[in-house]
Amino acid sequence: MSIEQLTALEIGRRIAAGEVSSREVTAHFLQRIEGGNARINAFVHVDPERSLQLAEDADRRLAAGELTSPLAGVPIAIKDILCEEGVPTSCGSRMLEGFAPPYTATAVQRLLDAGMVPLGKTNMDEFAMGGSTETSVYGVSRNPWDLERTPGGSSGGAAAVLAAGLAPLSIGSDTGGSVRQPAAFCGVCGLKPTYGRISRYGLVAFASSLDQVGPLAHTIEDIAACLQVLAGHDPRDSTSLAAEVPQYAAQLGRPLKGLKVGVIREHVEHAALDGAIRLAVERGQQQLAGLGAQIVEVHLPHTQYSVATYYLVAPSEASGNLSRYDGVHYGFRQVGSAGAGAASPLDAMISRSRSVGFGEEVKRRIMLGTFALSSGYYDAYYKKGQQVRRLIANDYQTAFEQVDVLLGPVTPTTAFKLGEKSSDPVQMYLCDLFTVGANLAGVPSLSIPAGLDEKGLPLAVQLQAPVLEEPRLLQVAHQMQRAGFFEQKLANDTL
Amino acid sequence: MTTAPYKIVIGLEVHVQLSTESKLFCSCETTFGAPPNTQICPVCLGLPGALPVLNRRAVELAIRTGLALHCEIAPETKWDRKNYFYPDLPKGYQISQFDQPICGPGYLDFPDPERDGESLRVRLIRAHLEEDAGKSMHDEAAGRADSRIDLNRTGTPLLEIVSEPDLRSAPAAKAFLTELRLLLTYLGVSDCNMQEGSLRADANVNLHIDKEGRTLATPIVEVKNLNSFRAVERALNYETQRQYDAWLKTGQEMGQAPKQTRGWDDAAGVTVPQREKEESSDYRYFPDPDLVPLHIAAEQLQSLGQGGGQRLEGLPAALRRELETEHGLKPYDADVIVSQGRGVVEYFQSAVSAGAVAKRVSSWIQQDVLRTLNETGGSIETFPVGAARLAELLQAIETGELDNSRGKDVFQYWLTQGVSELSVAKTALGIASVDRGELEALCRELLDENPKVVEQVREGNLKGLGSLIGAAKKKNPNADPKLVRELCQQLIEAL
Ligand SMILES: [Zn+2]
Repeated sequence: MSIEQLTALEIGRRIAAGEVSSREVTAHFLQRIEGGNARINAFVHVDPERSLQLAEDADRRLAAGELTSPLAGVPIAIKDILCEEGVPTSCGSRMLEGFAPPYTATAVQRLLDAGMVPLGKTNMDEFAMGGSTETSVYGVSRNPWDLERTPGGSSGGAAAVLAAGLAPLSIGSDTGGSVRQPAAFCGVCGLKPTYGRISRYGLVAFASSLDQVGPLAHTIEDIAACLQVLAGHDPRDSTSLAAEVPQYAAQLGRPLKGLKVGVIREHVEHAALDGAIRLAVERGQQQLAGLGAQIVEVHLPHTQYSVATYYLVAPSEASGNLSRYDGVHYGFRQVGSAGAGAASPLDAMISRSRSVGFGEEVKRRIMLGTFALSSGYYDAYYKKGQQVRRLIANDYQTAFEQVDVLLGPVTPTTAFKLGEKSSDPVQMYLCDLFTVGANLAGVPSLSIPAGLDEKGLPLAVQLQAPVLEEPRLLQVAHQMQRAGFFEQKLANDTL
Repeated sequence: MTTAPYKIVIGLEVHVQLSTESKLFCSCETTFGAPPNTQICPVCLGLPGALPVLNRRAVELAIRTGLALHCEIAPETKWDRKNYFYPDLPKGYQISQFDQPICGPGYLDFPDPERDGESLRVRLIRAHLEEDAGKSMHDEAAGRADSRIDLNRTGTPLLEIVSEPDLRSAPAAKAFLTELRLLLTYLGVSDCNMQEGSLRADANVNLHIDKEGRTLATPIVEVKNLNSFRAVERALNYETQRQYDAWLKTGQEMGQAPKQTRGWDDAAGVTVPQREKEESSDYRYFPDPDLVPLHIAAEQLQSLGQGGGQRLEGLPAALRRELETEHGLKPYDADVIVSQGRGVVEYFQSAVSAGAVAKRVSSWIQQDVLRTLNETGGSIETFPVGAARLAELLQAIETGELDNSRGKDVFQYWLTQGVSELSVAKTALGIASVDRGELEALCRELLDENPKVVEQVREGNLKGLGSLIGAAKKKNPNADPKLVRELCQQLIEAL
């Protein structure tokens, strides 16, 4: 079996056992990237020398007994939204083209501390605003399962590199589904942890109250192991949770007998839901029942407002978070003569830098947010959004009083064609229908593969659990994986 | 002024830089005068992904100030983003407090500058914490139109104290600020250095004019750039006259013209209109999602109010009262001593408790100690003549062991030759008591030598006695001037 077909933990085991070195594994993936990335455009920045250097460091530290993580020496792909000192971090935006931060994100630092080896930066929608990885300044990424289709977004690159076997593990970020939806489209697992479980320090902010770093992998064991490395309190992130980090692998083997699983009626009966996906959810239901879980129907009655709420809250925060990109201190700058409306050359410079440096979707959301926060509109939009957000969070709370986990679809459809929705933002926004709730409520949520549809495209289902109940979420998913609900599968490899 | 047909109405906004070691949301130092852009980090530079973490010390200082200003301290407060573009504001927003300031309504009493012994009260609306911006330096000389930015100050904690428009004269405004600065200095929450920008005041000013039995108000003008107490007084006096003249010319009342911002030009002695920051009317405040709301427990208030307690007790108003009622000082004298700061007050208290008479201590501090400190630029803490030593000297004067003028000689001797035992100084200066017979002989001698003076005194012109005293001191430095005067007068009368 070739290395890329192994799980990350198996690779880690072989490295630890001395059967293969981290350097060899890293070189293997770098070679696959070299050969396969051009087809899918999933990595936007690779520095082989640096990766190999880090791999050699890992080998040395392993030999010295300094590394204990089962993922020590294992390569990992990093979304282009996480800062790494001296490494280009551009969020897929012209605004940050060539920007190399002078510091490293806590999440990435934890990977490095564990002896994991960054392979490079993966493509994404500009500033994580999108669901198709079509708005990146580096061009569109393609779905390894069908090159005419999107790998999803915004962490499209992160999911595509897994499906193509260019990396054994990935980390992305999820603000409204940006880890789970691409995972679903590419046939891999993707976790959005509880808000605050993983530090946001060094994660370039899109919507601060929703953003969360999350791992993507082929198996639940790999997700659990990677989460173990990433999770924990960070004094540099005021919103990071102080709660103790459990041993995520410990509960994976527990049987599901007596567990209550709620199927979200508003999700499975939604008119926009693809038939094949509905069937996949039903298959999940049956399998869970077979594993001893009790299946009940639950309601998230405010589901119909979730997209609208999300598109008030997220752009409002984004409009503030993206104000720092003004061409003054770093990043893209365009100087121009003061045009109409600009009071000074300075205003003109800021205005031009932002007009040219940001793409259309980013500007649309900045304007949406600016409008929602403006005096006279604040109450009707931003404040109303916050109120409905509370109702949506209450929906989850009520549901979790009845059941232990929620089951439903991740997306209304399988991976759509490139260009299919890029001219219709509302259609694109509606794709987030089933994923934004977990971000608004702050609960952990996991996308797992569910086989392929008749077109050969990956299907997926979503599991959600109460705040900080990642162990339960992973336990359920792992039992399903063991029972054969899905298996590690790479897209047809033409390398 | 009393005959002016109008009343000036003034409200002040005072920005106080809190003396924390590090900035409000990062660990950068706050030392003034460091080379540009040397006290910066990803957080205060607003780099992508960097997050603020609250400096608890700043909160403590704000609470302590609030308690001393009789403010209600909010049990829960939060952080809001104030959005605007400016090159010295790297994030594109300032973290401030919008609708839940840490300190609610309070007041400050201060000595009425126009009525000795009376006090005035200004009500305070609120005091909130916020981060400072950086400094833009525009170098438009030599046609270069260069702008440079120093971000050392960015993120420094400020407490913005906002008063009700309770002030009715420029001297009162100055007195209010003087008292506020004194209080803050006593609290140790700020160094209040106006030149370095640690204390900055803006004034909202308008006039209430009586016209045909009706009181009308002129448009409110915000006067900025008040960099010294003198500037405050001058600017307000100027602005009063300017607004009255403007009203006579235009007849404009409040509401008929927008609120104007004017800057004080100290050199020219005028206020000039300032360019309004664009969109200044809509800062689109919203809660900062990177920070969590702050809960202030009752116990914390207790410990800051009482535990740090001694410091909250010995504040200027209470000390003035103590000096007046317990030590019998006049309000003016008590104010002079208290205004010098805690060190001088403690010096006074020590000298008195060492046995010296309070009024004599007060007069020596004001005439000799403070004058010396002014001349040498020294501080009371390192003043060579300690309180106990001064008390010993003043007691010797009190008992007649030496006269007041020889006392001053001793004081000077100590300052120039080093402090010694009183007896040592007396010997060195040849101070010895002169017996009455000896002194009488001296006086007779003087009268013989100065027949003209004798003549004048006999005619009732006592001024001449002064020159006799001077002559006596020349003949014998230990001659007690009081006694010389007495004896000469008696001898002349007896002639
Ligand atoms: Zn800093």
